[in-house]
Amino acid sequence: MGIKDIAIKNLLRRKGKAAFILAGLIIGVATVVAVISFADTMTRDINHKLEKYGANILIVPRTDNLSLTYGGMTLGGVSFDMEPIRHSQLSAIQTIKNAANIAAVGPITLGTIKVKDRTALLAGVDFNVTGILKPWWKIQGNPPTGNEVLVGAEAANLLGIKSGQPLTINERNFKVSGMLAPTGSQDDQLIFTSLATAQSVLNKPDQVSLVEVAALCKDCPVDAMVVQIGEKLPNAKVMAIQQVVKGRMETLAQFRKFSYGISVVVVFIGGLVVLVTLMGSVKERTEEIGIFRAIGFRQRHIMRIIFIESGLISILAGVMGYVLGTGAIWAGLKIIGNHGDAAMPFDPALAAGAIAMAVSVGLLASAYPALMAARMDPNQALKTI
Amino acid sequence: MSFIIIDHITKRYGSGNSEVKALDGISLTIQSGEFVSIMGESGAGKSTLLSVMGAMNTPSEGRYIVDDIDVYGLRNEQQADFRREYLGFVFQSFHLVPYLTVVENVMLPLTAMKLSGRQKEEMAMEAMQWVGLESKAKRLPSQISGGECERVAVARAIVNNPPILLADEPTGNLDSRNTQEVMSLLSRLNASGTTVVMVTHSAACAAFARRTIQVADGRLEIESNKQSTATAAIKAA
Repeated sequence: MGIKDIAIKNLLRRKGKAAFILAGLIIGVATVVAVISFADTMTRDINHKLEKYGANILIVPRTDNLSLTYGGMTLGGVSFDMEPIRHSQLSAIQTIKNAANIAAVGPITLGTIKVKDRTALLAGVDFNVTGILKPWWKIQGNPPTGNEVLVGAEAANLLGIKSGQPLTINERNFKVSGMLAPTGSQDDQLIFTSLATAQSVLNKPDQVSLVEVAALCKDCPVDAMVVQIGEKLPNAKVMAIQQVVKGRMETLAQFRKFSYGISVVVVFIGGLVVLVTLMGSVKERTEEIGIFRAIGFRQRHIMRIIFIESGLISILAGVMGYVLGTGAIWAGLKIIGNHGDAAMPFDPALAAGAIAMAVSVGLLASAYPALMAARMDPNQALKTI
Repeated sequence: MSFIIIDHITKRYGSGNSEVKALDGISLTIQSGEFVSIMGESGAGKSTLLSVMGAMNTPSEGRYIVDDIDVYGLRNEQQADFRREYLGFVFQSFHLVPYLTVVENVMLPLTAMKLSGRQKEEMAMEAMQWVGLESKAKRLPSQISGGECERVAVARAIVNNPPILLADEPTGNLDSRNTQEVMSLLSRLNASGTTVVMVTHSAACAAFARRTIQVADGRLEIESNKQSTATAAIKAA
């Protein structure tokens, strides 16, 4: 039998008190784990959604006069009589330092066309990358190839175009391969075709009106990438679309700060529960501690008993707190439903952190009771029984 | 040189008008292997004297020397080591740890020693056999009688073979049969060389000791030993 056995036997004997300390620590740890898990899950969710946003870097020709709005966002100066971006220049984008972070580069050639005696906007896009750049697109029919076009929902409605119909654009014959389901964006008013076809119809060989780049992913250095692309394309203006991202990230950061504040309070209360319960326990064990001291236990032996007890409870509380915290967030997200697809993988760092925090709080809170027990005068302790 | 020297020990509690002298300049020497009983009325100071001898109650004045060690000149942790190495305690109310089995209670003084588990168990079982309780080793204190509890306390006190055993009214809670058994144990222990110092109210128990000290108002009043009593009886005849 050793000091450890005495500690374990005492814990088993005083199950109620041990459970109370355990509960106090579990609540503290579970709160911190839940807050961190929730914030991490939200961050992952936002990143996941941001990746679904598609393009987040826009490249437009540099100009000092006119401006063009696309998708509700100011794209910068675009003038039809200015020097356009050359399609052949775009390969330089793939040579930037952070090229590995580029998911897709989508050049767009825009121009006005005559359809059924009305003026419309034709957009030539690379349909190989629209899945990445415009993941919200739902094409009813097929993406266009060769002399085919895809018609935005509003354009189709205004121009009376139906899927499969033949269509004459700038005196060239096309077939409507599919319709674009309403997106709520300016895409609804456009007619799309392949990039090469649009350049041909609009008589803009090798010309690109703007370029969309999908680069936003977790920890992508978007600002640095904007600078790097700008250096490669000196005649173009490169912009990052980060307003929405920043807004959500700032909200999340505020939430994190607030939650961490709450967590600190809860952990402090958990620590107090341990402190008060152990103080009571030490008082209850006056006789026992008096006996230990009388028969020759050193102060550090007494302290070790208390620390082993609180350490064992703390480890258990760390494990249970981690399970409870992550479980609560997982269940909460499932119930709320908004983030049901948000994955919550096992996080060994968080689990280790939870245990380390529980042990730190447990040992810190038990330091004073342990000291009190160790300093107990054996003569006085045995007299007061 | 005496084994235990109590040199003008005074113990005061409180201060000013409320000051109480529990021990008032007591001096006493005890040789190795003696069996000494301390008697006196309640409040006379006998338990205070025993706690001073137990290195648990620092005297206000005087020195307490055991085996040339000035006990109260030691630091707190060294005093704990002294208690572990030199002393065995037997208390009136047993003071067994209720959640430990009988053998674990006996093993307690060995817990803080650097011994293997096997050594500790062997020493504990030897002490248990000595008090005749080896068959009840796995029981809890609540599952044995008061007399058996006191024997467990004796086993715990002797498990590490201390040279001195201090007993504070060890039979105070026992019936006559159990009193006889415990006193026989202490006598056997003394016969094997252990110095025994026992506080008691009972003249019958004190009769087991070779020397009896009477304490009153914190002072040593009368000291007698069996040999001198016997000599006096012979002379009277």
